[in-house]
Amino acid sequence: MSALALRVAGLSWRVRPRGVAVTVGALAAVVLLMALNMRLGDIPMSVAEVLRAVVDAGSDNHFVVMELRLPRALTGALVGAALALAGAITQSIARNPLASPEILGVTTGASVTVVAGVVLSGSAAGGVSGALASFGIPALALLGGLTGAVIVYSLAWRRGLDGYRLVLVGIGVAAVFTNVKFWLLTVGDVNDTGRAMVWISGSLNGRGWEHVGPVALALVLLIPATLLGARSLDALRFGDDTVTSLGVRMNLARGLMIFAAVLLAAVATASAGPIAFVALASPQIALRLTRSAQPPLLASAVVGALLTTAADLIARTAFSPIELPVGVVTAVLGAPYLIHLIWRARK
Amino acid sequence: MRLQARDVRLAYGERVIVDGLDLGIEAGTVTTIIGPNGCGKSTLLRALGRLMKPTGGEVLLDGKRIDKIPTREVAKVLGMLPQSPTAPEGLTVADLVARGRHPHQTWYRQWSSDDESSVTEALAMTGLADLAERPLDELSGGQRQRAWISMALAQGTDLLLLDEPTTFLDLSHQVEVLELVRHLHQEAGRTIVMVLHDLNLAARYTDRLVAMREGRVVAAGTPHEVLTEDLLRGVFDLDAKVIADPVAGTPLVVPIGRRS
Repeated sequence: MSALALRVAGLSWRVRPRGVAVTVGALAAVVLLMALNMRLGDIPMSVAEVLRAVVDAGSDNHFVVMELRLPRALTGALVGAALALAGAITQSIARNPLASPEILGVTTGASVTVVAGVVLSGSAAGGVSGALASFGIPALALLGGLTGAVIVYSLAWRRGLDGYRLVLVGIGVAAVFTNVKFWLLTVGDVNDTGRAMVWISGSLNGRGWEHVGPVALALVLLIPATLLGARSLDALRFGDDTVTSLGVRMNLARGLMIFAAVLLAAVATASAGPIAFVALASPQIALRLTRSAQPPLLASAVVGALLTTAADLIARTAFSPIELPVGVVTAVLGAPYLIHLIWRARK
Repeated sequence: MRLQARDVRLAYGERVIVDGLDLGIEAGTVTTIIGPNGCGKSTLLRALGRLMKPTGGEVLLDGKRIDKIPTREVAKVLGMLPQSPTAPEGLTVADLVARGRHPHQTWYRQWSSDDESSVTEALAMTGLADLAERPLDELSGGQRQRAWISMALAQGTDLLLLDEPTTFLDLSHQVEVLELVRHLHQEAGRTIVMVLHDLNLAARYTDRLVAMREGRVVAAGTPHEVLTEDLLRGVFDLDAKVIADPVAGTPLVVPIGRRS
């Protein structure tokens, strides 16, 4: 067994050295990539200059780095972490590596409401660049995400929550939402829909501290909560009869963990739009890196942060000076990965 | 009485499987439920293990309604091996067996020395110590079944419910599992309830047989009392001779043919 037991006076924990190494290593990589990311912008800087700007409040670039670049980089990392954590939980409960918060109705629900909000309000409320952008869109996304989850959850519930049923209902609901979204895009004003398109492909452009706050708060509260539930999550990956035999209150444990996943995904989507594939791929990458039997929660979150930060770096540099939305890059990277997963599952 | 079903009615939706059934399991006994396919014996076992809630009547564990006891407390005294259980892909035998300790653990006591010794002991009892690090998917059907039994043993409960623990096993491994059951009963004083298909093995390793047909208990008692030619005709629609097992002296069923 690759886990070590840590025992102190009647208390005991299990520690997987490999998991710790992966988590710490990925965390270091996130910090490095964030620093590389913060070099970019109207005023090019070196990493050293970025670091000096962070520590020295009197330096010329302090404002630019602290008020513009750091929040953007942090939003990317935190949103990635939240999405990946939500993905790890969803995959464990659905017992399916293809499951992700899209399945829970969160991201698609958020997309529909945001597109509806942008298209139907037009430029009346200042469009996507004014007050609506800062508060209206995140609020709409949160509302839509939670509503989508409630719809999927209530349709999937039948004397208990079954993983496969959840996946099937989720895919159905996502298809309906996606089509409504496209319909809204076709009837909307071309300028509005253009702006809506940027949001629904997932973008970190212009993200400030107001986008960092909610995601940071969600992670601070929900990471410890989900880690406490991690043991139940491990048990939940067995057949229903085994889960109950082990003394787990199955529907309660499942419901609470899904609720946490929905909150994480909804808050993340509200901040940066539905960034594709991070929630799907990160837990599976973390699983392979740590060589564990189930998606490891903490390692998945850090890998998610790493993936999103790296994708953002590519999005900003690959076609410079044109900046792509980060979601486009994650989608381009994620699609072959998804095909690989499906191909493997067929074998 | 460790476990008791009183006037129990069990149904999947509209379909009633068991109705008005009474059954008591004495402490320290091995009880085997037998009966033709679809007679409700697995359903009854699931209800005894609180995996299924009766739509009528009640199941009592040590005199208390099992559905009123926190499921985690139940898991500390009652272990259950479901029929064809499923495990996550890639899980090793050691990880599976370790999962049996779940009801004894909390977030601040994740892997005590008790946990470790229980798992080691359970692996040794089922002869799986050498295979501990192997993924479950790579094992043979018999080894896998022993791994699952091992997990139920690691749970450390003195009540064990085993739903067809010998399926997928060749005869020698069936005997091995049942020897293990006898050992658990005789040495460790555990109370065991099983569902078995092989009547001759059931007769040999069981204190008490319960014969079911169409959701009702037709006969209950010692193997000698229950396994009669009349009962086999009535319960299994089977014409058979019952002779004394030349090894153990228990009843031995020699089929003649199915009654038309």
